[in-house]
Amino acid sequence: MSAAREAWRLSATALAARVRAGELTAVEAVESGWEGPGAEWEADVRAVAHADAAARRAGADAAGGRAGSGALLGVPVLVKDNLCTVDYPTTCASRILAGYRSPYDATVITRLRSAGAVVTGKGNMDEFAMGSSTEFSCYGPTRNPFDRERVPGGSSGGPAAAVAYGLCPIGLGSDTGGSVRQPAAFCGVFGLKPTYGRLSRYGLVAFGSSLDQVGIFARHAGDAAAAYAALAGPDPYDATTRLTPAPDVSAWDQGVRGLRFGWPANLWREGVEREVIEGLEEAAGWLERAGATRVPLEFLPGGYGVATYYLVATAEASSNLARFDGVRYGFRHTDSPDVRALYTRTRSEGFGPEVQRRILLGTYALSAGYYDAYYLMAQRARTRIRREYEAAFARCDVLLMPAAPTLPFRLGEKTDDPLSMYLSDIFTIGANLAGIPGLTAPVGLTAANGRPALPRAVQLLGPDDSEPRLLAAGRVIEVRGDAKRLDGKHETEFTWPTKR
Amino acid sequence: MAHEAVIGLECHIQLKTRSKMFCGCPAEFGAAPNANTCPVCLGLPGALPVGNRAAVDAALRLGLALGSGIRRESVFARKHYFYPDMPKNFQITQYDQPLCEGGALPVRIGETLRLFELIRVHVEEDTGKSFHPERYGDRQISRVDFNRAGVPLLELVTRPVFREPAECAAFLTALRRLVRWLGISDGDMEKGQLRCDANVSIRPTGTEALGTKTELKNLNSIKGVEKGLTAEIARQRQVVEGGGRIEQATLLYDADHDKLAVMRSKEHAHDYRYFPEPDLPVLRIEPAWLSAAGEALPELPWARAERLAGQYGLPAYDAAILCDQRELADYYEALVGEGVDPKKASNWIMTEMLRHLKTAAVGVAQWQRHVPVGHFAFVIKSVETAQATATNAKGVLDELFQHGGDPATIYVERGIKATSSTDELLPLVRAVIEENAGPVAQYLGGKTATLGFLVGQVMKKSGGQAVPQTVRELLESELAKRAAPR
Repeated sequence: MSAAREAWRLSATALAARVRAGELTAVEAVESGWEGPGAEWEADVRAVAHADAAARRAGADAAGGRAGSGALLGVPVLVKDNLCTVDYPTTCASRILAGYRSPYDATVITRLRSAGAVVTGKGNMDEFAMGSSTEFSCYGPTRNPFDRERVPGGSSGGPAAAVAYGLCPIGLGSDTGGSVRQPAAFCGVFGLKPTYGRLSRYGLVAFGSSLDQVGIFARHAGDAAAAYAALAGPDPYDATTRLTPAPDVSAWDQGVRGLRFGWPANLWREGVEREVIEGLEEAAGWLERAGATRVPLEFLPGGYGVATYYLVATAEASSNLARFDGVRYGFRHTDSPDVRALYTRTRSEGFGPEVQRRILLGTYALSAGYYDAYYLMAQRARTRIRREYEAAFARCDVLLMPAAPTLPFRLGEKTDDPLSMYLSDIFTIGANLAGIPGLTAPVGLTAANGRPALPRAVQLLGPDDSEPRLLAAGRVIEVRGDAKRLDGKHETEFTWPTKR
Repeated sequence: MAHEAVIGLECHIQLKTRSKMFCGCPAEFGAAPNANTCPVCLGLPGALPVGNRAAVDAALRLGLALGSGIRRESVFARKHYFYPDMPKNFQITQYDQPLCEGGALPVRIGETLRLFELIRVHVEEDTGKSFHPERYGDRQISRVDFNRAGVPLLELVTRPVFREPAECAAFLTALRRLVRWLGISDGDMEKGQLRCDANVSIRPTGTEALGTKTELKNLNSIKGVEKGLTAEIARQRQVVEGGGRIEQATLLYDADHDKLAVMRSKEHAHDYRYFPEPDLPVLRIEPAWLSAAGEALPELPWARAERLAGQYGLPAYDAAILCDQRELADYYEALVGEGVDPKKASNWIMTEMLRHLKTAAVGVAQWQRHVPVGHFAFVIKSVETAQATATNAKGVLDELFQHGGDPATIYVERGIKATSSTDELLPLVRAVIEENAGPVAQYLGGKTATLGFLVGQVMKKSGGQAVPQTVRELLESELAKRAAPR
């Protein structure tokens, strides 16, 4: 009874083990998060865009019916509202998709279900994943569980916050420029953005196709590894997935002895908050304690990273979002004299201001006469950025750097200043432009300094297919460098938010 | 000042692959509206395209047949414009790096073989089909069928090499033959399997610079292409000769009323905002793929016509007709392979077989089902070896085409044989002379053409079995006996 009630505290792998052993039912495993932390936090945090007790129950029953198998058997997962699911609406937190239900499951959802996981609801997000605070949602903002005056980061703020407060041990988001790694940092959880082409994008509503990658939130490095193992690999429905088998991440608890981690201190010489830098120093110490070597290096992946990113992402978005026109599905402006007016009115009223801003930017960048100067130039810059990362990885195995320049900022602080909002992605967009994997690892809280203690985090970047070593380094940070506790059998206590 | 027209064509060829260009839906024609659709071809949120190898194969075949350069790496691109029958509001096509570049289509016009040069051939997807406007209660509505959305197309663009609408018609006829010959499309313009837009301008004859062009759309038959272009060239001449200037525009041709209407002017020209399709990798044609496509290429129609003429001593005209369809050329060569004299085989095909096909409006395949090569050879040889008369043989051929069967059996059933025996024929000849006093008198009076009629009468009496040449000779000698001695 009490075991079932406290099930939400367990890691995903421990939870699945109990369900497989018959000590817990899948329904108990899923409902524990809703009855405990869900009841306590959700009304304030608003991490969930679509909840549906019946769909949840059906999902849990289906998983329970498979008794005994499944790496994630009975594990509840909140998935971002831009991943297609047949049993919940898929709206990208946009009015233009109001009430839309996908007739198919995204490939990652199918794989989640076949591993026994249960979709516990759809997570809130910035509309069409455009934003860094989860304030641009037609359902209203999600708040940071550690301080409800602050944002959870974005755009995948809903799943990040839900994993942090205990609704579910794993969440799925999407990361186009940091939309998994930055909210993971703000909410104090792990956030993995895989190598481009490792997780299928089929069924992920596209924002910037060449940058988008489904990402994983988890409270424990081992859970992120388990989810990655269940989801990664080639998909015949996504021509951009890599054809080779995904890297084996089962050695996530084997430590980092001999690992060389790059220390590009020039990146935080200015414009990065003191507590963020302290977090980096602490994490570096833990990695060294576990046998890794610090390689100080100068690394400046182009001062043009943000510009490049916003050209590529908006150009692709302007194209990807052209299909939302009110003709076939979703919101339609009903009083239009002709089809042209139907398009204009539907799109003007259906899309929020940030989405409209980016569609306009992207349309401009692709226009005749501007293409060469903007999009083509951005693609060239992108090639250069990738080379710069490759050069860095010739000198070190992973890069240790901030996930975001600041701690979680206040609601409303940046909504009127798009440029400063865009700059909060400055450390994450490089991985998307280069297609490389990145992992956010939490490093505990700041001191309560006249405000609630806030999560700190670091980001680890590695070359293509370096997920195994990123997760191993993440695990070392999780156990504070203590080699004796690396083993997956050690349950590590997660730093939970507390109610004020 | 005299003006000449300069015309370039843009042709779309609908491929007859099993599935669509970027998803697994059937590409077939004629299903219930929106039955052949899925998240991908409906452009639903989250869906992604995956390329169809068979369509690229077809494009390679056409490119190789036309002698185009094949890009080892070509790129798909998105072409943007809003229209309700285009699910994603962009079309996946190829832009600055198409699969095939250059090349030419050889076209026989009269006695000469012209080479019409191409700019490119590329792969793309088709749109859905709009039906509008229709009454729905008290409203006007439009409906869209997405069955066609995503069906593979090849776009072929020529250089501005045509001067006459008739050349365009000849080009399209040759292109249609080629795509059928290669088995990549049925090429039926009425069904939209082959579509054509034309760019046309005029310039003073003898000058090089191109004038302002207009684009003609909706040319949905070969005749329509010819008529539409003729009308547009006449209009442009009239404008220029009246001192006016041609405005760049897109025009729609209404074949039923032979009228041109402006669809959009230059001010409303689209900015398609092309950029490389990020959901599809670069299309790499590995050397093995290219050489396999080359090896699978059949002998091309123009080469085959030349070979048939040379190898079998046929007139160019015969060879060209036999190579109108690959199945026909195959059938011809099989017939020759059965030991039929090549020129005789050609004659029989061109006069008898093609006449039947035209009358019955059926294809070679249908003929072949009823008249296998061996049977046709039997019939032709029966005449050559004087076992049957041409008349009776043709009758049997008719029977075979209508109902099938074995010609040997039919010959026996009908008792067909050819008779040139004087013993058998002389009584018939005499009888005909007795019974036709009038014509005989005319003949004897000098109207020798009457002989044909008399031969026919004898043939009839013989049940078609008399050999006409023998009958003619017997008649002449019998009639000579009756001529008044001079």
